[in-house]
Amino acid sequence: MTTPDASSSLVAVDGIHTYYGKSHILHGVSLTVGKGEVVGLLGRNGVGKSTTLKTIMGLVHPRQGSISLEGAAIAGLPSHKLAQRGIGYVPEDRRVFRLLTVMENLRTGLDRPGVTDARKHELLDKVFAYFPVLGERRNQAGGTLSGGEQQMLAIARAMMLEPKIILLDEPTEGLMPRMVSQIRQIIDVLHQEGVAILLVEQNVPMTLEASQRVYIMEKGVIRHQAASRDLKVGDDVIKQYLGV
Amino acid sequence: MASVLAFFQNFPFELFVIQTLNGIVTGMILALIASGLTLIFGIMDVVNFAHGELFMLGAYLGVLVLATTGSFWLALILATLLVGVFGAAMQITTLRPLIGRDPLTTILATFGVSLILQNYALWQFGPVARKIQEPYTGHFNLFYLEYPWYRLVIAGLSAALIGGFWLFLKYGKYGIWIRATTQDRVMAQAMGIPVPLVHTAAFAIGAAMAAASGVLFGPLVGVNHTMGLDWVLKAFIVVVVGGMGNLGGSIAAAIFISLLEAYASIWMSPAQAVIVSFVVLILTLLFRPTGLFVPTPK
Amino acid sequence: MNAKRHTIIYWTGFCVIMALLIVAPLVLPEYWRRFLTEILIWGLLAMSSDILIGYTGMVSFGHSAFFGLGMYGAAAALLMVAPPNLLLALIFGLVAAALVSAFVAYFSTRLRDIYFAITTLIFSQIFYVIIFTWTEVTGGENGLSFRRPALGIPGIWSTPFTSETLHWFVLAIVAASYLILRRITQSPFGMVLQSIRENEPRTRAIGYPVERYKIMAVMLSGMFAGLAGVLYAIQNRFAAPDFVFFLISGEAVIFNVMGGIGTLVGPIVGAGAFLLLREFLGRLFGEQFPYLIPLGFIFIVMIIFLPQGILGFARRWLNR
Repeated sequence: MTTPDASSSLVAVDGIHTYYGKSHILHGVSLTVGKGEVVGLLGRNGVGKSTTLKTIMGLVHPRQGSISLEGAAIAGLPSHKLAQRGIGYVPEDRRVFRLLTVMENLRTGLDRPGVTDARKHELLDKVFAYFPVLGERRNQAGGTLSGGEQQMLAIARAMMLEPKIILLDEPTEGLMPRMVSQIRQIIDVLHQEGVAILLVEQNVPMTLEASQRVYIMEKGVIRHQAASRDLKVGDDVIKQYLGV
Repeated sequence: MASVLAFFQNFPFELFVIQTLNGIVTGMILALIASGLTLIFGIMDVVNFAHGELFMLGAYLGVLVLATTGSFWLALILATLLVGVFGAAMQITTLRPLIGRDPLTTILATFGVSLILQNYALWQFGPVARKIQEPYTGHFNLFYLEYPWYRLVIAGLSAALIGGFWLFLKYGKYGIWIRATTQDRVMAQAMGIPVPLVHTAAFAIGAAMAAASGVLFGPLVGVNHTMGLDWVLKAFIVVVVGGMGNLGGSIAAAIFISLLEAYASIWMSPAQAVIVSFVVLILTLLFRPTGLFVPTPK
Repeated sequence: MNAKRHTIIYWTGFCVIMALLIVAPLVLPEYWRRFLTEILIWGLLAMSSDILIGYTGMVSFGHSAFFGLGMYGAAAALLMVAPPNLLLALIFGLVAAALVSAFVAYFSTRLRDIYFAITTLIFSQIFYVIIFTWTEVTGGENGLSFRRPALGIPGIWSTPFTSETLHWFVLAIVAASYLILRRITQSPFGMVLQSIRENEPRTRAIGYPVERYKIMAVMLSGMFAGLAGVLYAIQNRFAAPDFVFFLISGEAVIFNVMGGIGTLVGPIVGAGAFLLLREFLGRLFGEQFPYLIPLGFIFIVMIIFLPQGILGFARRWLNR
């Protein structure tokens, strides 16, 4: 398959090295995500998948390498500027604002310059349609929600930014199968709306279904890249890097 | 039984009521100062040693504006705004460069600022206390005392300011920004909230609240360069007893401690009554170190 | 630099500086003689605070209590026993400082970082209020004044202090304190303190009773601060509540930051730099000049741009 070249991608990461203090976590990671594309990032625990997302989101800055969004270099920018430019982030531990209500959590993404009240209502209606339980609990504190509900809130919150790409870090971890398929549906919906997604997951079958391409990481580097339809669970390469 | 009766007969009820009133008045001012301190600590983990000096700065600015314009209310508004701006400038120049460093460096830096401000005030205004004329000079009769209306006014205004601040936090868009940043600075930033700006604004608000207390409290005591020291110490005790970063706790602690001190003043001199707050602190540290009014964590 | 060369250079340097300090009172005019002695005393106070700040990683604002109680302890000895006895003054002062530091340590070491700093500050203010208001015992606002004891061993020999011998006495005590503290920081106990500074949770996880080490650190630091207080009392013949006010602790911290924390000798240099700057500014702009304003600015600038202090660059070297 042809690798989409960096200049036409939405997000292009090129040779980034990220350190936590003295620990060298990413050893030259390169990947791209095209407009509206769902790309999976697979790998065992601890290989640096989350760190890759965090580096793109500006939560940690790479010591080497470059990151671009729609062609513009963004490595080193503070996260709030990246969020303003259209990158949404849903962290592994959800991190909803526990003492804020569901509504207030959503407002952190909704209250942006240039968004009319009408548009805000549209976005809220949409997200409550996808996640009715959030609508029911809209005045409850974020910390009182169940794990699955918090995951939905975290995704909904990122959607409030109307982002061009959402970085999803292990959204199905610890969730019941029913919730997992709900997440799967949301990914499809976002894909249909043209939102790109970089999906970090340990759930291989779901990732292969939901994405167009996958990367496989090991020990801080990308080891393999393929179109999702070319891979199956049980393939040698999956067994080699993921042990499943 | 007789001794119980005797106790109630000899109990200075009138003094008790008067002191309750005094305690509430002082408590409200202390609550206003402590709220600013708690806000700053809660949102950016900075212990602002210069907070008492911001209080003093507000009082002195109040003196100046009052002298030039004759209006107490103008003095209150201008002092609050100017010190708020000063607070923002202070945060940008001395605290922003220290982000990410050991939090103790911020204690040292704010301590340095407090030294500068104190000595500046001493230099410019001299050691003699200045007076702020209260806007209302009426009294009403409380038992055998003529109780100044003004004291009730300050208590009311402080309560109003704290209440307004609380409402701002709860409902405004910026209130949500401040609360989100306080709870999870990193995630707030990932949601597009300009956290550095929020920090500066929060510091400015805290400073403004301290300055407002300074002007309000000015008529009660003299305005001099050491007034900040006494109050900042009490404010720190209040913040620790109330649970650091806990706004409701600070307010409750402020009133609680002030009432206790006011009652203690019935039997001992005011200079000794401050021991009360120290004792409360020690007891809190021993038995409920996370805060007297905070539910003990699991 | 190998160990042997380091030892030679270090001790040569030490001897040279000691020699200069010994000769100083013989060549300096009276005013500067006293000035130098004061630098040494404040330096000792700052050095004691370095044990906590530089080696254990705990910023304390409580040193004014230790210093002040050492001063008042000495005052008590000098007022209660006639003729005034040097040894007794030292003992009373150290015991007072030890008791106070044990008390403060008990309450504040259970708190971390910022809370510790605030609590030590509040405690030093507690002592200030007690001393300030308990006029019958402490002389209240006016403090106590007393006669200077004679130098010597009771019963065997004694001679009154002259300005030079007082300076040498102070120098001897400060130098001895430095050597003792240096030895302690290099001992296993000192190593544990430094590992607490580096990574407290890990030190605790390894199994060290961290709280107990912290209490000992505070007491060690407090006793040397008290010693400085005794020296101050002897030199100036009065004790006043101003010295228990938390600003004294603040100044000690300033000396530490300016001179370089974690070096033991840095704080002495910091004290010297501060006092000299104050003297210089006073002469340049007049006595009334608020020297703390430019000094405050210098302090803040140093925290931001030169946090390691004047001697910070030599920190590793000085600790070998």
